[in-house]
Amino acid sequence: MGIEKERLHFSWISSAEATKFVDVVKEVTRIVETVGPNHKLVKKISA
Amino acid sequence: MKKSISSLVSSKGRYPWPAEQFIWDNNCRINLANYLTDRKEKIGIIAKGCDSRNIVTHIVENKIKREQIHIIGVPCNGMIDKTKISSLFDREITGYSETGDTITIKTISDEKNIHKNEVLNSNCTTCTHRNPVIYDELVADLVEEQIIEDPFPDVRRIEEMTADEKWNHFEELLKNCIRCYACRNACPLCYCPTCFVDESGPQWVGKGQDTTDVRTFHYLRAYHCAGRCTDCGACVEACPMDINVRDFTRKLNKDSLEIYGWEAGLDETKRPPLDVYSPEDPNDFIKYAGHGIL
Repeated sequence: MGIEKERLHFSWISSAEATKFVDVVKEVTRIVETVGPNHKLVKKISA
Repeated sequence: MKKSISSLVSSKGRYPWPAEQFIWDNNCRINLANYLTDRKEKIGIIAKGCDSRNIVTHIVENKIKREQIHIIGVPCNGMIDKTKISSLFDREITGYSETGDTITIKTISDEKNIHKNEVLNSNCTTCTHRNPVIYDELVADLVEEQIIEDPFPDVRRIEEMTADEKWNHFEELLKNCIRCYACRNACPLCYCPTCFVDESGPQWVGKGQDTTDVRTFHYLRAYHCAGRCTDCGACVEACPMDINVRDFTRKLNKDSLEIYGWEAGLDETKRPPLDVYSPEDPNDFIKYAGHGIL
C-alpha cells in the first residue's frame, strides 16, 4: 500500500521472554530509523 | 407511495406469479448472496459461480443454513461492464438489447452491435469458477471453465512498484472516493452489525474526506475480506465513481492462493485459512520460536 516494508515487523514473543522483547524493540527501532520519519498515512489535525 | 426495493423484492418473491417479471441478462452483476445474511425463512436464490461461492462462505460463517436455501444455479460466461460500454459512446445510452452474445446499444444518434467479450467485466475475464459450486437445480448446461495462466497480472504490476509508486498509485485510485460505502453495502462479506466506520465509541476512523481516513476505510475493509473474497466484482459494480476497489482485494486473493493454496467459497466443510491453525503453516514463527530475533 506504499508504506515502506522496513516499518512493519512481526514477532512472536511470550510474556516470559522479556529479554527477547528488548532485543526485538532495539532491532525494530534500528531498522525503522534507517528509513527516516514517516509522512504517509499521517492525518494532520489543525487546532 | 414508492416501495423500497427490499420490500418489493420480498413481496415479489413470496408468490410464483411475479417471477415472470424477473430479468436475467448480461447485466446481472450484483451478488445476490448479499441478501441472505441472517435470514430465517426459506429462500430461493439464483446464483452464478461467484454468487454460489459467497453462499458457501455464508454457510461456513453461519450466516445462513444450507437447508434454508434452494439454489437455482446459473452457469455463467461473464457479465458486461457498464463503464466500458458507456465509454464507447459520446451520448447518453437510450436503448439496450441482447441476442446471444451480441449486445445492441442505442443512443439518440447511433446504434452499435458489440460482442460481449469486448466489454466483459474485468473480474469475469480472469474467472475460473463460472459454474456454481453448489446448487439444487441448474437452468442451463454447465459451461467450460477458463484456464488462466496468469490470473493476477494487475496485482504483480503493483507489487513491482517501489513504496512511493505504490503510495501514488493508491492516492490516484482513491482520489474520487466520496465515502458513500456503496462498495461495502454491495459486498456479501460486509455484514458486521456495526461497521468499524460507523462506530462512534471508539471512533476508529474519521468520517470526512481526509485522504488518510479514506485510505483507512479501504485498507481495513479489504483486510476484513482476506481469504473470503470471491472476486465477484460487486464492489466495483456498485461504485458510482468507477473506482477499481478490487485493486485491494485482489492482492489478498493472490496471497491466499499462493501462500495457502486457497480460493474462497469452494467447500462447505473448510474454514478460511486465517481462521484455522495448521501445522503446515508456511510461516515458521511458532515452530521455531526463539531462533533469530525477528
